[in-house]
Amino acid sequence: MKTRHKRMMLIVLGLAGVALIVMLVMQALQSNINHFFSSSEVVAKKSPQDRTFRLGGLVEKGSVRRDDLLVHFRITDNIETVPVVYSGILPDLFREGEGVVAQGKMGADGVFAAEEVLAKHDETYMPPEVAKALEQAEQSKQNSNTSPAAAIPAAVSTDVPTPGASE
Amino acid sequence: MAINWFKYSSPATFYPLAGRISPWFAGAAAILLVVGLYMSFFVAPTDYKQGEGYRIIFIHVPAAWMSMVIYLVMAGWAAAGMIWRTRLSSMMATALAPTGAMFTFLALWTGALWGKPMWGTWWVWDARLTSELILLFLYIGFMALESAIDDPRRAARASGLLALVGVVNIPIIYYSVQWWNTLHQGSSIKFDGGGVQSSMTDIMLWTLLIMALACWLYTIAVVLTRVRSIILERESGSVWVKEMLQEKK
Repeated sequence: MKTRHKRMMLIVLGLAGVALIVMLVMQALQSNINHFFSSSEVVAKKSPQDRTFRLGGLVEKGSVRRDDLLVHFRITDNIETVPVVYSGILPDLFREGEGVVAQGKMGADGVFAAEEVLAKHDETYMPPEVAKALEQAEQSKQNSNTSPAAAIPAAVSTDVPTPGASE
Repeated sequence: MAINWFKYSSPATFYPLAGRISPWFAGAAAILLVVGLYMSFFVAPTDYKQGEGYRIIFIHVPAAWMSMVIYLVMAGWAAAGMIWRTRLSSMMATALAPTGAMFTFLALWTGALWGKPMWGTWWVWDARLTSELILLFLYIGFMALESAIDDPRRAARASGLLALVGVVNIPIIYYSVQWWNTLHQGSSIKFDGGGVQSSMTDIMLWTLLIMALACWLYTIAVVLTRVRSIILERESGSVWVKEMLQEKK
């Protein structure tokens, strides 16, 4: 074995060792590295009970209710939902059906009292026209499944509604 | 055709080569930057959710990519220097560090500017942001350690070791958004099973790629120029530098 091969081996082994150590440490700290708890974890009481933590998920559609300065809404991961109450300015991207991360404490009444609400957007970027077209296509697809009477552009929906199948 | 790569690992032959090719990279970088910036502001469409504010992605993402790529290349040179004991290797690593640190800072800064209007905060301690901040500290640590030791060989060995150990941070940055819950969104461009998938409109993707290429070329041009001055500094006592300076007179 030449000296430079020895050095190469040493570097590779050293790096593998460091990587292993870091992996083990991260494994041990897994729950601390996660930035927020999901609503399922909160319902399963895996989140801290008497101190501040972050709750993340989607704002449930139709759940936002404004009561003077207070905002009530529910955070969901499409499995479990947690009711949240917040008083303050919401970020512009706060919308029903969009991602959100709230920091606060679980109240005795089972309502999460948020001190801070941040919007979490996804990695999709497109012009508004495309978003609108996609939404319309989605809607007409849903309509075609439920009501054959709805006027559906043939280009968008290929489903042939069976008369009398719905309602 | 076999190229004798070791010929170019000698500072005396690399110095003129770097001087010849760096203007080409600089010129191409300038052209692509103008095209890329024009597309960023005037060609790429408004985003359906984030409006005009999303346009900062065209500098944020290329800067973040460069911060990681440059670190890998820097660590690669450091490893090469340890294995083959070539003088040029540590000079290349030294030349790469400031540009890498600049891109890391740019990624963090543009990220903060983007985070405030969209998320509602400049900064959070989630896995993506924290690991990128650690990358900035690694670059700064590398530069500090390198310049704290007078003997270039010992300096190269110490800083090279730091660079190599820090490499584990790169996959952590890249995969942080998949491995953990983060406020930072996932990657818009995904590589799975050999295929590349993008969740951006094509024109946005092209703008992003042109800006990324401009950053690559800028980096090459700047690093080649910087390594030339490092070569001159470290080899100032050697015969070839003296001869070259005499010729210039």
